[in-house]
Amino acid sequence: MKNKDAIFLSFHTVVSYRLRAFLILLAMALGVAAVVVLTSLGEGARRFVVNQFSSLGTNLVIVLPGRAETSGGFPGALVGETPRDLTLEDAASLATIRGVRRYAPLNVGATEISAGGRLREITLLGSTANMIAIRGMKIAQGYFAANNGPNPADIVLGAALANELFPLGNAIGQRVRLGDRRFRVTGVFAAQGESMGFNTDEIALIPVDHAQALFNTQSLFRILIEAESRSAIEPTKAAVRAALTLRHDGEEDITVITQDAILSTFDRILTALTFAVAGIAAISLAVAGILVMNVMLVAVSQRTAEIGLLKALGATGKDIKRLFLMETLWLSLAGAAAGMGIGYSGAFFLRLAYPQLPAYPPHWAGLAAIATALITGIVASLLPAIRASKLDPVLALSKK
Amino acid sequence: MISLSNISRFFTMGDQEVRALNHINLDIPGGEYLSVMGPSGSGKSTLLNIIGLLDRPTSGTYLLENHNVTALSEAEQAKVRREHIGFIFQSFHLVPRLTAAENIELPLILEGVPPAERKARVATVLEETDLMDRATHRPAELSGGQRQRVAIARATILKPAVLLADEPTGNLDHKTGAEVVALLEKLHHGGTTVIVVTHDRELGNRAHRKIQMRDGEIVTDEK
Repeated sequence: MKNKDAIFLSFHTVVSYRLRAFLILLAMALGVAAVVVLTSLGEGARRFVVNQFSSLGTNLVIVLPGRAETSGGFPGALVGETPRDLTLEDAASLATIRGVRRYAPLNVGATEISAGGRLREITLLGSTANMIAIRGMKIAQGYFAANNGPNPADIVLGAALANELFPLGNAIGQRVRLGDRRFRVTGVFAAQGESMGFNTDEIALIPVDHAQALFNTQSLFRILIEAESRSAIEPTKAAVRAALTLRHDGEEDITVITQDAILSTFDRILTALTFAVAGIAAISLAVAGILVMNVMLVAVSQRTAEIGLLKALGATGKDIKRLFLMETLWLSLAGAAAGMGIGYSGAFFLRLAYPQLPAYPPHWAGLAAIATALITGIVASLLPAIRASKLDPVLALSKK
Repeated sequence: MISLSNISRFFTMGDQEVRALNHINLDIPGGEYLSVMGPSGSGKSTLLNIIGLLDRPTSGTYLLENHNVTALSEAEQAKVRREHIGFIFQSFHLVPRLTAAENIELPLILEGVPPAERKARVATVLEETDLMDRATHRPAELSGGQRQRVAIARATILKPAVLLADEPTGNLDHKTGAEVVALLEKLHHGGTTVIVVTHDRELGNRAHRKIQMRDGEIVTDEK
């Protein structure tokens, strides 16, 4: 028997038993769809985190006061102990280090802002103009030109904040009050939305020297450094650590972390998670495989007389095995195709329902699902097909 | 053409040995019309299955056209079956989901004949068996006589030298049975060796050579 004929003949058989074909197809399709949808969820989570991190800036090296006892995380912030302050002078000393494209000292605090009788609590950042470039923030109107100081008392408002305080849209040039100090609004940030659980639309930015005066502190919360390139990140990190250690009398009481390291850790974790979820979904494919095996075994015993006849007509055991294998191959292929359809539209509706979650199936998901479906189908039909090919034709023919 | 020497076929049923065929010697020249008769369990069906290579003898030698076919592998036997032997069964054994034409086409598909040639050959055979207007009908839509004619058309489409019929009229009434017998005899006149296994004395006596079997042995063999 020629392959082409076997393919056609088995297709004929598949469509002749409609209910059976539909049920197997459904089981396969659900398994494949589960793989596609669940992996797109995992991939969506991964992309979400990666996007959040890259919205913080690229090639970022961050200096925090205090020593990390364990690797990773933001230990200074958690422990709250700062053996030695990280000062503006420390920050300024980084300007000459090789590999540093720009740096920005950063102070963060909560304070009250008032203007025109309106008062509200905000998160206030104190930094220099470099901060805007490093974090990739955008100023919609006006400017922010602060350096290490001394600076004029300028303030840039987040988009939502500016809207609330000055609903008429005339924020630029207005006066606002922070505590007992007055600032002049020189700019408004473009609306950016949330990033790392931190709504940039509701913050305000003032020059770092004013922030230190306002919070009555000499120490910095962070120094943000942008390295010249991706490959310069590690050498820059080492150089920054060495320089600051030297300035702090040889004591390494600072922590230097790179966003890259954190990002790749998250990336690894979430990729592993996606694979794990795909594995769980593959179990449903295995269940579908067992169903296929069941149904095919029933088919073999139902069509025993037919198998006997084919043998009497001169079909070899191999021919019969091939026919049964191709039957399940058709069913698996159709199931995989239907499952891809269901899975991809499922992911599409997921993206519609949760626009922040970029739930695109990873490029390997479709391939993996189809391959798993085909392999499952073939493995599951192997036993029934071999059983069919080994039937004794005399006994098979005598069965009605 | 067919030469069986010392052919035995033993089954074990429980702890008992059943001698379905007991040292059979039989020579059938090409073009013969032969009937095998005997009571149930006499071994006549087993004899037919051995000649048709569906069953393997426990011992003995079977020469088909001077080739020893007992020693062939399963796949080689399938090829011999396909090219030299046609089967007709009491219960027709048509594939229910295939049309009459598709049923007849099956041996050609197994043989690997290209589709265009298949269609032409099926059309010729349909004409010969007077089934032209039934070509696209499924077995369930055919009468018993028509079903058996489809089965005969299928068995003969590859022009086998030997046609084996196991109770070909067993499920048919007298009139349609006679039509089927006429078709078999037409094939015999065309040069095909026809071997009929039957209970039916009338059908058996039409054959030119009549064999009686009992308990796995040939009792009488008359021409």
